[in-house]
Amino acid sequence: MWYVLKQIAKTGIKTERLPEPAAEMVVAARLHEDILRTLGRALTIRQVDAGSCNGCELEIHALGNPYYNIEGAGIKFVASPRHADMLLVTGPVSKHMAIALRRTYDATPDPKLVVAVGDCGCTGGIFGESYATLGGVGSVIPVDVAVPGCPPSPTALLQGILAAISTAAPRSEPSLSSSAQPLPETPIERTHRIPLETPRDGTI
Amino acid sequence: MNVSPLGIAAATLPSPIPAQRCPVSSGQLLTACRLAWEQGGQLVALWASDDRDRDRGFCLRVLLRDSDGLTLLEHTLPDEGARYPDLSLIFPVANRMQRAAFDLVGVQCDAEDQRPWTWQAAWPIDCFPLRRDFEPSPKWEAGEEDYAFVKVAGDGVHEIPVGPVHAGIIEPGHFRFQVVGEKVLRLEQRLGYVHKGIEKRFETLNIEDGYRLAGRVSGDSTVAYAWAYAQALESISSLDVPARASWLRALCLERERIANHLGDLGYLGNDGGFAFGLAQFSRLKEQVLRLNRDVFGHRLLMDMVIPGGVAHDIEAAAVAAMRRQCFELRHEVRILRDIYDEHAGLQDRFRSCGQVSPELATKLALTGLAGRASGIAHDLRCDFFCPPYDTLGVRKAAQSDGDVAARVAVRFDEVLESLRLIETLAEAMPESEIIVPLPEVPTYAVGLGYVEGWRGPVLIALESGPGASIRRCHPHDPSWLNWPVLEHAVIGNIVPDFPLINKSFNLSYSGHDL
Repeated sequence: MWYVLKQIAKTGIKTERLPEPAAEMVVAARLHEDILRTLGRALTIRQVDAGSCNGCELEIHALGNPYYNIEGAGIKFVASPRHADMLLVTGPVSKHMAIALRRTYDATPDPKLVVAVGDCGCTGGIFGESYATLGGVGSVIPVDVAVPGCPPSPTALLQGILAAISTAAPRSEPSLSSSAQPLPETPIERTHRIPLETPRDGTI
Repeated sequence: MNVSPLGIAAATLPSPIPAQRCPVSSGQLLTACRLAWEQGGQLVALWASDDRDRDRGFCLRVLLRDSDGLTLLEHTLPDEGARYPDLSLIFPVANRMQRAAFDLVGVQCDAEDQRPWTWQAAWPIDCFPLRRDFEPSPKWEAGEEDYAFVKVAGDGVHEIPVGPVHAGIIEPGHFRFQVVGEKVLRLEQRLGYVHKGIEKRFETLNIEDGYRLAGRVSGDSTVAYAWAYAQALESISSLDVPARASWLRALCLERERIANHLGDLGYLGNDGGFAFGLAQFSRLKEQVLRLNRDVFGHRLLMDMVIPGGVAHDIEAAAVAAMRRQCFELRHEVRILRDIYDEHAGLQDRFRSCGQVSPELATKLALTGLAGRASGIAHDLRCDFFCPPYDTLGVRKAAQSDGDVAARVAVRFDEVLESLRLIETLAEAMPESEIIVPLPEVPTYAVGLGYVEGWRGPVLIALESGPGASIRRCHPHDPSWLNWPVLEHAVIGNIVPDFPLINKSFNLSYSGHDL
């Protein structure tokens, strides 16, 4: 136990002396403000690999390391789509995963956000469309934000997630001042497809 | 392997390690496989090609490995009605490869198990994507198949289906557990969900450009795949790469190994209930990836290895930074290893969990790091001398307990050894050019690339076509050999230990599903 505590104490100092912390920390700090303003609570993400080469997954994993510390920003990866506000989907969407992806989307409660990750998630990338793949995530479910890159860096991923919650309309009026908010009278539905990387205005 | 007693003629096969190519009849195929098994050889890969356009029917290729090198058995099937003998009776691991060869090329095997493997109803079952006359139709929609899982019956037995979408940030696959209470009686895997037509895609690429796709067969092994592809192409073209290029390739490969092992060590700690381990090791991994980005311009080193050499040279300052990082990492990894070793709770989870005995490992052809944890002491970097490993004296990791603890120990040993290798490589980096142009690629030539990636040996079998095209490219991930062993490793363990056991193998879905 002594060695564990010693290592934790030692590591803390090293982390602060990293060569390029500033830019990344700014992303995390803005992220936190935006979440509070637009969602009023933590964002939960369900990640779906719909056919990737697993390169994007490595960088999504990196979001949890002490440098990016995504959980410290109030964003959490969850084990079920039913607990998720956002789907983070890598591609290309293989035909064998198309049904599972669609079902995952349907199981995610509205309002929901979709971030397509990587060149393959955006367009199909090097794998393109074929007898086995359907191309980008947008060919199967509506996409709010696309983060290109092969794979995108963790910073780019954070920026993409931020872009998604910045352009999303709030679920209700900003809720920081009051904890009791009336529910919308009609269920919120998103039937239209949102153009990639275009800021959304107005309500959903 | 000496095939002459079997009356088989052998020709040299272009490859970075000694390899031969033998045309065989159906009977010779069986006797050669049996002889290989008796002499301690193993199956590496099995795949098929459509050669009907050259009036050669279909070609079934079986690649064997022993201490002499590689032997490629080539068996011609004159038409689609012809059958070849079931090799899974000798090498059980051939089962899925035979089924995949049928799904993709339509070559039939005399095996009892005729269930599809790669096919999952995305195209008609009587259409075969890797045939040259295959015409995909836009009308084909993703469908659902009714896969015949093996059933287990009895008092108190129930099934737990898991996946394809898993609870973590993991690739998709389906696991069907049959359990009594907490105890696993049986596990059956169903893979193929990330099949994205990689082999067909290769055939649309120029042979010089294929390295980019090879580097995306399994993103976590991008250096190993790109290097194996480059080796195959360079073997076909009889090209020797400059010394500095092979040094830089090895540097990248060892950095890839370190990054993946550090990530796994963190997650193994986490899955054992020790979150401290994940925080620490993911921090170290990030340091490696950041230096990769600063030195090579890419965190995962994609597209660094290209046919003929490497994409970027590195400066003296970068070499110094790498050596400094090795020094710091070694210090940190040793501290963390002591903490892991002394942590009673963690060791309680690791020890005797997911055990694979050396006998089972041999029978099922376990390979790579998982093999070295079960007494299968194979490592391409030591067994065959390819530059620059011929001058490095790589020390092979070897454990024999075959449990999660052994696979953790192999990772620790290999991280420390790779740190030493990087330091040695950085010290003696030869001065030369880093890339040479590829000569003209001969048509209809077959060559191999074989590289010890972090997970195990990565194979690329490449056949050139007219006009520098790719006629056939078969990438083969070590996961093909190790997935079936996982089904056995989990028997008798409790369900909550499955994530830990699975992680200790950390197999590729994408590299397997293609």
